[in-house]
Amino acid sequence: MIDLHGFGHLLLAGTWVTVKLALVSLFFGLIFGLLGASAKLSKYKFLRWMATGYTTIVRGIPELLIVFAIYFGGSALLMSVASLFGYEDYIEVNPFMAGVAALSIAFGAYATEVFRMAILSIPQGQWESAQALGMTPAKTFSRIILPQVWRVALPGLGNLFQVLMKDTALVSVVGLQDIIRQASTAVSSTNEPFTFYLAAACIYLVLTAFATAGTLWMERACTPQARYKG
Amino acid sequence: MNWDIIIKYYPQLLEGALLTLKLVAVSGIIGVMLAVPMALLRASPSPWVRVLPFCFIYFFRGTPLLIQIFLIYYGASQFEAVRDSVLWVVLKEPYWCAIIAFTLNTAAYSAELFRGAIQAIPKGELEAADAFGMDWLLKTRRIVLPRAFGIALPAYGNEVVLMLKSSALASTITLMDLTGMARTIQARTYTPVELFTAAGFIYLLMAGVVIGLFRFMENRFNRYQYYKPNVDQMGVDKP
Repeated sequence: MIDLHGFGHLLLAGTWVTVKLALVSLFFGLIFGLLGASAKLSKYKFLRWMATGYTTIVRGIPELLIVFAIYFGGSALLMSVASLFGYEDYIEVNPFMAGVAALSIAFGAYATEVFRMAILSIPQGQWESAQALGMTPAKTFSRIILPQVWRVALPGLGNLFQVLMKDTALVSVVGLQDIIRQASTAVSSTNEPFTFYLAAACIYLVLTAFATAGTLWMERACTPQARYKG
Repeated sequence: MNWDIIIKYYPQLLEGALLTLKLVAVSGIIGVMLAVPMALLRASPSPWVRVLPFCFIYFFRGTPLLIQIFLIYYGASQFEAVRDSVLWVVLKEPYWCAIIAFTLNTAAYSAELFRGAIQAIPKGELEAADAFGMDWLLKTRRIVLPRAFGIALPAYGNEVVLMLKSSALASTITLMDLTGMARTIQARTYTPVELFTAAGFIYLLMAGVVIGLFRFMENRFNRYQYYKPNVDQMGVDKP
């Protein structure tokens, strides 16, 4: 069995940070995705153009670069704003916040496409019949379209969540105390890099397995017709 | 925005971009060579043959690339036997460690893509090959692989773009790729916004070239899908 030299609790603490980061980023990423998809399907050219720019840029540059840009660029930006108000000290962006920002922006760009395809898969007639019942477009979207979009989008979002879970590792590079960072701490005092990185890898495998199981459960929960047996 | 900084350091950023391209190209080519046999094993009817590639793919797709890089670059040095062997010549170089990690990672992802493509080949074509008396090797070489290549091409293009993006992780083991270069220069000049924007622009450009390349290849190799007979000029064949 792997001997963790009493560093097991550090890895567990890191796991908790990773899970928190993933879930908070998922929440904001879903919001970005929904906003992006609505903008892409909007009748205003400007909004469509903005959303296309967002997805093209974010999907074309590495997540690590986004993390760096927000972590280092964010503090530079905040400092230049603060200096306008006469505050001259060094401002450091919290790695967790920078991580949430970077990961939810990246997740949102991919989720935009998933939501857009899902919204397009809802027949136009449903919009029309909701309108015939006197629903406003906003009400139609939240009561009729969104519950069905959710079902179509779930498998795609599940895949994206797996990617997000693995991308949380990137935030360790700017100093967040996640699994990898804690493993590195353990490595520097025990000099057993293989053991600890392998342990960290196993934790990620467990996390992704949980995420897969969760997605499958949700898919089952929102497709009653698949569960119905005669 | 301070444009002078970008202009001054552009040659260095391009140098980093060159290393990024080199990493992607080398690991992409070796990765495909590993992925094809793995996909064939994975598509095999026997569960005993499938299990080994399945474990490999499951591990490399289920863990972050960063951990894989660390496992190879830092992890290998834990074992005395590795450090004394000839392997150490390769494993002590961050460049080769990055290549190994990227290769195994992309091999796992592409093997899964290729397996999907192999299984998407219409059954009738394989039966036709059997009916001609082709043995497994001939059928694989003449029918399965060329067909799977065409089917997998668009998805593989995506994989290459993802690989281009994840190659930024090479900067975590001291390699001076595009991200590493931008990070090193910004640590010296304190101009993160300018440098990361410039680096992001170069990445976008490279991703655009990759996407264009794959679109071109798809137009060439999957031409039958886009072929529209010019009915008007033929005149007679109008339905």
